[in-house]
Amino acid sequence: MLHEIPVDRYGAVGRRMARAVEACVHCGFCLAACPTYRVLGEEMDSPRGRIFLMKEVLEGHLEPQEAAPFVDRCLGCFGCVTACPSGVAYGELLTPYREYASAKVSRSWPDRLLRWLTMETLPYPGRLRAALRLARLVRPAAPYLPARLRAMVSLVPDRLSRQRGTASTVAPAGARRARVAVLVGCVQRVLHPEIHEATVRVLARNGVEVVVPDDQGCCGALAMHVGEGARARQLARRNLSAFPDDVDAVITDAAGCGSAMKEYGFLFAGQPEEEQARKLAARVRDVSEFLDGLGIEAPPPLLAPARAVYQDACHLLHAQGVRDAPRRLLGTVGNLEVVEPAEAELCCGSAGTYSLEHPDVAAELGRRKARGLLAADPDVVVTGNVGCMVQIRAHLRAAGRPVPVLHTVQVLDLAYRGQGFPRLA
Amino acid sequence: MTEAVDRARVLQGLRALYPEGRILTRPAELAAYESDALTAFRARPLAVVLPETREEVVATVRWCHRHGVPFVARGSGTSLSGGSLPVPEGIVIALNRLNRILRLDPEERIAVVEPGVVNLDVSRAAAPFGLYYAPDPSSQPVCTIGGNVAFNSGGAHCLKYGMTSNHVLALEVVLADGEVVRFGGESLEGVGPDLVGLFVGSEGLFGIALEVTLRLVPKPEAYRTVLAAYRSLEAAGDAVAQVVASGLLPGAVEIMDRLSIEAAEAAVHAGYPEDAAALLLVELEGEEPEVEAELVELLEVVRASGAYEVRLARDEADRQRIWKGRKGAFSAVGRLSPDYLVQDGVVPRTRLGIALAEIERLSRKYGLRVANVFHAGDGNLHPLILYDGRQPGQLQRAEELAGEILRLCIRLGGSITGEHGVGMEKRQYLAEMFSEQDLEVMRRLRRAMDPGEIANRGKMFPVPQQLEAAAAS
Repeated sequence: MLHEIPVDRYGAVGRRMARAVEACVHCGFCLAACPTYRVLGEEMDSPRGRIFLMKEVLEGHLEPQEAAPFVDRCLGCFGCVTACPSGVAYGELLTPYREYASAKVSRSWPDRLLRWLTMETLPYPGRLRAALRLARLVRPAAPYLPARLRAMVSLVPDRLSRQRGTASTVAPAGARRARVAVLVGCVQRVLHPEIHEATVRVLARNGVEVVVPDDQGCCGALAMHVGEGARARQLARRNLSAFPDDVDAVITDAAGCGSAMKEYGFLFAGQPEEEQARKLAARVRDVSEFLDGLGIEAPPPLLAPARAVYQDACHLLHAQGVRDAPRRLLGTVGNLEVVEPAEAELCCGSAGTYSLEHPDVAAELGRRKARGLLAADPDVVVTGNVGCMVQIRAHLRAAGRPVPVLHTVQVLDLAYRGQGFPRLA
Repeated sequence: MTEAVDRARVLQGLRALYPEGRILTRPAELAAYESDALTAFRARPLAVVLPETREEVVATVRWCHRHGVPFVARGSGTSLSGGSLPVPEGIVIALNRLNRILRLDPEERIAVVEPGVVNLDVSRAAAPFGLYYAPDPSSQPVCTIGGNVAFNSGGAHCLKYGMTSNHVLALEVVLADGEVVRFGGESLEGVGPDLVGLFVGSEGLFGIALEVTLRLVPKPEAYRTVLAAYRSLEAAGDAVAQVVASGLLPGAVEIMDRLSIEAAEAAVHAGYPEDAAALLLVELEGEEPEVEAELVELLEVVRASGAYEVRLARDEADRQRIWKGRKGAFSAVGRLSPDYLVQDGVVPRTRLGIALAEIERLSRKYGLRVANVFHAGDGNLHPLILYDGRQPGQLQRAEELAGEILRLCIRLGGSITGEHGVGMEKRQYLAEMFSEQDLEVMRRLRRAMDPGEIANRGKMFPVPQQLEAAAAS
């Protein structure tokens, strides 16, 4: 598409944003792949529409405030990137655009309060723990809360796991085949530390020495996706120095974090850390991608046959292009039938803090996702991202069939340990 | 200021028909609807409405008729001829929320759908019964039935099955004057004049389809998909007539040239032979023994026609990839060039070779690259003229080249559009295909249903030069 974006005005990322606009031919093939378009059926809430609106703003023909509701409503699932025949790098437009526009858009105080709450708690495990304890006290009053706060409180788990220390180095079982560092990040280590534990066990089981760097923190994804670039860089900087160079890979087991870390080079474009960020990004692998590349020892077959439905995490499938690896890994588990759900490519509505900021769209997508998954009549739902797990679990429960929801590595871990799936929650 | 007041007054009545949120008038909302898939044209509408019932569509059309406000019906905005481009200061009636399949009768093999239903969703709904909706425009995962009807859309498999017009049995439409009428019936044998045929392909000039009764056909038992590589585009073009002359009736016969192969391969990695000057894609379909026997014959014809490499789709996944690449090829060309014009001319298939050689010559003459990816079996050419709009004069040269190609099609005994329609883009060429008397009859027909000429005003019919100049200034 032709444009008149004054690229130099937008710094190091100006050229990249303009290139994404140029690559768009406005054909509309992305519409069917866009969750908000599927729910709302209006052009402004489609990838093609959003690209057009961002172009108009960057050209100076439209006020950022006017475009804000529609750009904000994008889940950032990148389903459109997979669907796009002309190769539009949508993320290279959306992420810097959001950062650019965030300073120019005024938001209502509830919006600002919510944003502040999420950004000041989620990336910091200590604060998140305290906030969750507080939220549990508030929970009885949930029905009387505004929709978005209610959405927030509904995601608070019944039990909070104890704060568990993570060993800084775990030795491989048998001969060492590789050495990796693992990101434990922020939200997941508080809400679902068992996923990291499974990751470490499965890696070690397959001859991988695992290092868990002490100084690491939130990868910055949550901030990056809502346009808080400075905060994202501040968080990411810590990881730039925390992760060692002498590992074969930096492993993430949350798809959202993995995709953000793979974009570190772009996040620091034009900044002094760019080179260092690029190097770290190049070593990042999703745990399923890494294990599949390494080749795993087939686990013993499950004691009883079970049917799993694999739901792609958008940030694994669309943002990282990892589709076959988790399916192949699950395929090594005997007695486990893996089936594909309807609309596997469609986002479940979780999308980082999206389900908190746009509960209506998120809930509609969640209901739709639950319907699609349950139609496959699964014994277990498997996916690769903690946010998706929380969202899917909530909507399966609401649909009256709380099938267990596990991460790919948890399935492998249970199989290695000869254990069955948890009973229906 | 007075302009804004005027608009507000004009829109007051329309606002009464829609709740907040389903009538769009803010700048960002309107901007998103300024173009369809032909971005060379842009126009800002007065408002966009999102009806959810047919009654709302009818009420909107009646309001437009009463106030003399032009309107355009819009589905997914995938028109390549500017067919769903808004009329400046008119109303866009976006039908995406009228997307229900009202009835699917596997015994009668029909589907009754609303206009906003996506083409491929009809086939998805029919699949459990072994049926599908045959017309398959490349945009079928997104384009809507309403738009398919308005533009009589084709697709790769229309060689065997015919265009949209061969698959629409009945229509309920609201004419531009607000009258609601039914054309056709559920049977293939119609009574009286073929008014369904008249409406299909009328490019939105008569009114809006509210309900469409579609024919479904049984899914073929087996497919054989053959890719044949050629050293020249002309040779691939000539092979098409030989395939058809052999008595075979493939489901689809497509050609992609070097540039489109390169683009499509980058998009989907379908494993096309990348060193080929042209690729012939032939798909046989039918019952297992039948396609097996036809395949032997086809391979013989293809080899004799000079193909230097022939490969078969290995399995269904491979076949799907091959088609995905073909169907995404227009868009994929966006990888090769910042801008391009898609053309849609038709020539008799025996003259494909000549037409392609001539297009290559024109491409050199104008110094612009032309990618070719098209429905060869129908003689339906799709030259994509690559240009860079930032280079002064390039768009104009591209448009001149496009004009020469269309005239070439007419000269060879073909036409200026196979399936994309005339729209905005080719209205100046309509007069080169039809006499003034022909056009006058068309205008009379249009005015019979749309006396105020408010439905998709400005499309299809040639605009007198002086009006054109005035509109541009």
